[in-house]
Amino acid sequence: MPTSSLNIADLLDTLEADIRQQIASRKLANPLLIGIHSGGAWIAEQIHRRLRIAEPLGLLDITFYRDDFSQIGMHPNVKASQLPPHLEGRDIILIDDVFYTGRTIRAALNEIFDYGRPNQVLLAVLIERNGRQIPLQPDCRGARIDLPEGQRIKLTGPDPLGIDLQTLACAA
Amino acid sequence: MHRHLQLTEHGKLKHFLSIEGLSKRLLTEILDTAESFAGISEHQVKKVPLLRGKTIVNLFFENSTRTRTTFELAATRLSADVLNMNIATSATSKGESLLDTIRNLEAMHVDMFVVRHALSGAAHFIAQHTAPHISVINAGDGQHAHPTQAMLDMFTIRQHKKQFAGLKVAIVGDILHSRVARSQILALNTLGVAEVRVIAPKTLLPAHVGSMGVIPLHVMEEGLSDVDVVIMLRLQKERMNSAFLPSESEFFKCYGLTETKLQQAKPDAIVMHPGPINRGVEIASSVADGPQSVILEQVSNGIAVRMAVMTMTLGHHGGAA
Amino acid sequence: MTKILIENGRIIDPANAVDAVGSLCIADGKILQVLTPPADFTPDLTINAKGQIVCPGFIDLSARLREPGHSQKGTIKSETRAALSAGVTSLCLPPDTKPCIDSPAVVEYIKDKAEAADYPRVYSIGALTQRLDGTELSSMFALKQAGCIAVSNAHAPLGNLLILRRAMEYAGTHGLLLMCRANEASLSGKGCAHEGAMASQYGLPGIPVAAESIALAQALELAQLTGCRMHVSQISCKQSVIKIQQAKKYGLNVTADAAIHQLHLSENDVLPFDSHYHVIPPFRSEEDGHYLREGLANGTIDAICSDHQPHDLDAKLGAFPETEPGIASLETLLPLTLELTSLHRIDLHKTLAALTQKPAAILGLQAGALTPGFSADVCIFDPDLPWQVNEQTWHSAGRNTPYWQQSLIGKVTHTIQGGRLLYKFRNR
Repeated sequence: MPTSSLNIADLLDTLEADIRQQIASRKLANPLLIGIHSGGAWIAEQIHRRLRIAEPLGLLDITFYRDDFSQIGMHPNVKASQLPPHLEGRDIILIDDVFYTGRTIRAALNEIFDYGRPNQVLLAVLIERNGRQIPLQPDCRGARIDLPEGQRIKLTGPDPLGIDLQTLACAA
Repeated sequence: MHRHLQLTEHGKLKHFLSIEGLSKRLLTEILDTAESFAGISEHQVKKVPLLRGKTIVNLFFENSTRTRTTFELAATRLSADVLNMNIATSATSKGESLLDTIRNLEAMHVDMFVVRHALSGAAHFIAQHTAPHISVINAGDGQHAHPTQAMLDMFTIRQHKKQFAGLKVAIVGDILHSRVARSQILALNTLGVAEVRVIAPKTLLPAHVGSMGVIPLHVMEEGLSDVDVVIMLRLQKERMNSAFLPSESEFFKCYGLTETKLQQAKPDAIVMHPGPINRGVEIASSVADGPQSVILEQVSNGIAVRMAVMTMTLGHHGGAA
Repeated sequence: MTKILIENGRIIDPANAVDAVGSLCIADGKILQVLTPPADFTPDLTINAKGQIVCPGFIDLSARLREPGHSQKGTIKSETRAALSAGVTSLCLPPDTKPCIDSPAVVEYIKDKAEAADYPRVYSIGALTQRLDGTELSSMFALKQAGCIAVSNAHAPLGNLLILRRAMEYAGTHGLLLMCRANEASLSGKGCAHEGAMASQYGLPGIPVAAESIALAQALELAQLTGCRMHVSQISCKQSVIKIQQAKKYGLNVTADAAIHQLHLSENDVLPFDSHYHVIPPFRSEEDGHYLREGLANGTIDAICSDHQPHDLDAKLGAFPETEPGIASLETLLPLTLELTSLHRIDLHKTLAALTQKPAAILGLQAGALTPGFSADVCIFDPDLPWQVNEQTWHSAGRNTPYWQQSLIGKVTHTIQGGRLLYKFRNR
C-alpha cells in the first residue's frame, strides 16, 4: 500500500475488524488489552474504546527488557508498566504502533511472561513494515507497507494521532 | 583526576567512586533513574533482566552485612549473578596484595566490583588498575567517600522535599571519621541546597572543615534551628577509647537527637540516619520511631539507588542516550 | 692520573666567590687552577663547557641507596650511577639500611660496595641507637672510627626525651654531628598527608604541622642544654623555619636542610590518591612552601638535599595510606634547584651554595668548592637543556617520582669525582 494513502481512521477501522475476526476464530475469552509505551498505548486506547472493554487497559514499558543494553546502555525516561497482578491463563491482545524488527515484541513478551503464564497472546499492530529481524509476526494489522532503506515510519500523538515518515541522514 | 577516572570521554558514568567531580545534571540523572527502579519492589516479580549474564563481585575488605546485602539485592533484582568476597577472612589477610586479589577475580571474567575497604582511596586505586570493561562502585573507602549512601539520602530528601534549592540541612555527629558525611556534603552542595551545617564537638570535626563548604557548629540547638533535614551519624564505640569523647551519655546530652531538640527544626523537618542506629547515643528511640523519621525509607531507597548506579555504570559504553 | 681542562664554562664557586667564564684545570685528582690554565698545562682530556655552568660536585645530605637489605628497591651500584648522572659527587647514607648502620661491620660493607661501584664518596650516617629502636645508645665511637660522618635515628622514634638528651651528650663527647628528623609520633600517628584542606576533603589521616614543630622545639632545647652540634633534616613547615631562625639568632650551633621537592610542591599539587605524592614529611600548605623558600633565601635553611628514596613498583601500588612514602629524587635535583631561581627568584649562587659549600661545612668536609688542592669533584651542567624524565634518561632503580614523563629544564652533562670523569650525558 502506498504510504501517501495512510489514514489513521482507516487504519484503525481495518485493525479493529481484524481483531474482532481473530477474537472470534481463536475464541479469546475476556481478553486483556495491553499497549506498549508510547505509540502502542495510544493505539490501544483507541481499540480499547472501540471494543468497549470494561477492564482497564494494561500498559507496558519495555525499557528494562530491551536487548541493546550492552550496546547503548540505560535509556532514561522509563515509565512504569501497569498490569494486573496475575496473568496466568489470561488471553492477551498485545498492541503496538509499528512492527519493524520484532525486538520490541520479543521484549514485551519476555516481560509479560515474567508477570505470569498467559493462555495465548494475540499481536495487533497499526502498521507492519518490512525489515523483520526476529521470527515473530503480527496476527492483526491495520496495514502492511514496504519502505525503502533509510526511511522510518513513526506514530505521533497522542492527540491528534498522526503518521510521520522520516528519511534518516545515513542508512539505518 | 577523580572526575576523569569516573567518566567516559562522553561524560557517562563508568565508575562510581565519589560524588566529587560529578555535575548536578549527572547526580539528578542518578536520582531519576533510581525513581524508575523504585517501583519494581512492589511488583510480584521483583526482577528485570537488564544485567542478566553479568557477574557482580562484592569485594568487602571491611565487614558489613547491611551494605553488602543491599548491593546483593540490587544486583539480583537486575538479574545479575553475585559473588560475595569477604576478604577479611581470605587470602588478602594472608598477605595477597590488593592488585593480586583483583587480577585473580578478573581471571574469572567478572563485570563489576563493589568495593568496601578500610583505607581512603582503595576504590580509586582498583578503578585505575582494573581491566577496561569492568566498572567499580565504591561501597565505602576509609574516611573518604560512601557515594551510594549519599545518593540514597538525596533520593529520600527529594521524595519528601521535592526541591533542593532553599533547603537547610544539618549533619550531626562524628563528621571527622565519616565517609558518609563527606559524600553527603558534596552531594548537598552540588545539588544546590541553601545551607549545610555540621554539628559536633571540635574533636569530631575535620581540621579544615571550613574549606568543605559547610558551617561548623558546636551547639546542637543552635545548629538545628529552622532546618528542613536532620541527618544523624553513627557514633562508634572506639571514639570513647581514643580520647575523642568522655562518654556516650555526655555525647547524648549535647548531641543526641531528642524530641525537645527536634522542635528547633522546622515542624515538617525529616530525620535521617544512615544506620545502624545506636538508640540513646545519637538518637532517642521516640525520634527514631517517630513521625518525622524516614530511616526505614532510606533502607528501601538504597536498593533502587544502587540498581540505578549499577545499570548506569555497566551501560556506559553507549553513545548519547 | 688524567689531566683535565674544562674551558669556556661559566664557573660558579660560591665558597670562593667565583662567578666568571674561564677554565678549570684538574691534575692528579685535584683542582689545579681556576679561571686561567697554567702556562705549560697539557691536558689529556679537554671538555668544552661553552654555554654551561661549571661548579663543585653536589653534596647530598640524604640519599638512600637501599643496600644492604632492600635491594629490590635499588643497589649501591644503581643509585650511585643515578647520583653521578645528577652531579652528586658525595652523598650521605641514612642508617636505616637492613641491618641498620649500628656496627662497624655494616659501615665496612657499605664502603666495600661503594668502592666496587666506583663511587667511594658514600658517607655512612651511623645509627643513634642500637637497632634504631630508640632505647640503647649505639657504639658511636666505633662507628665514627669506622668512618661514620654523623649519627641519626632516621625516621625511628626515640623512647623518650631523656634518651635524646643522653644521645646528644654522647655524640657531643665524640664530636659527632647529630642529624635529627623532628617528628612527634603521638601527634603524627598513622597520618599520611598534611593535615590540611586536601586531607580533610579526601578523608586521609593527617599529620599536623605541630608534630614536626613540637619535636623540633624539644630537640633545639636539648641541643642548647647539651651543647651538641645538631643538624635538622628535611623540615617541611613555616613553624620549623621560624624556630630554627630563632635558635640561630640566639647563637645555637644548629643547621638545617629541606628536601628539594618540599621547596616546590604543596598539598595543592597532590593528585588525589596518587601514591607518587606520598612522602613523609608530607607536602604541606602553600604558605609553608613559601616560608621554606624564604628560609633558604635568608640562610635559615642552610642546605638542599634530595631525600632520595627509590622504591620498587609494589611499594607504590595500593590504596594511598598503605603505600610506602618517598620519592626517587636524585636525578631531578638539578632542574628543580634551577627552578628555584627561574620560578621563585632565589639567587643561583645561594641555591648552588646550598648544594655544595653549605653541606660541606655542615659535614666538615674539605669539599664543595673548587679550591686548588681540593679533590676534583666537579659538576658541569647545561642550565637550558630540556629533557624528559623517562626510561631512556633515568638511572635510578626506582621510578617513583611525580615528575615521571615530565619535561624539565637543566641537565648535568659531566660529573667528575676525584679527578675522574665518571659520567657524561649522551643526548639521544
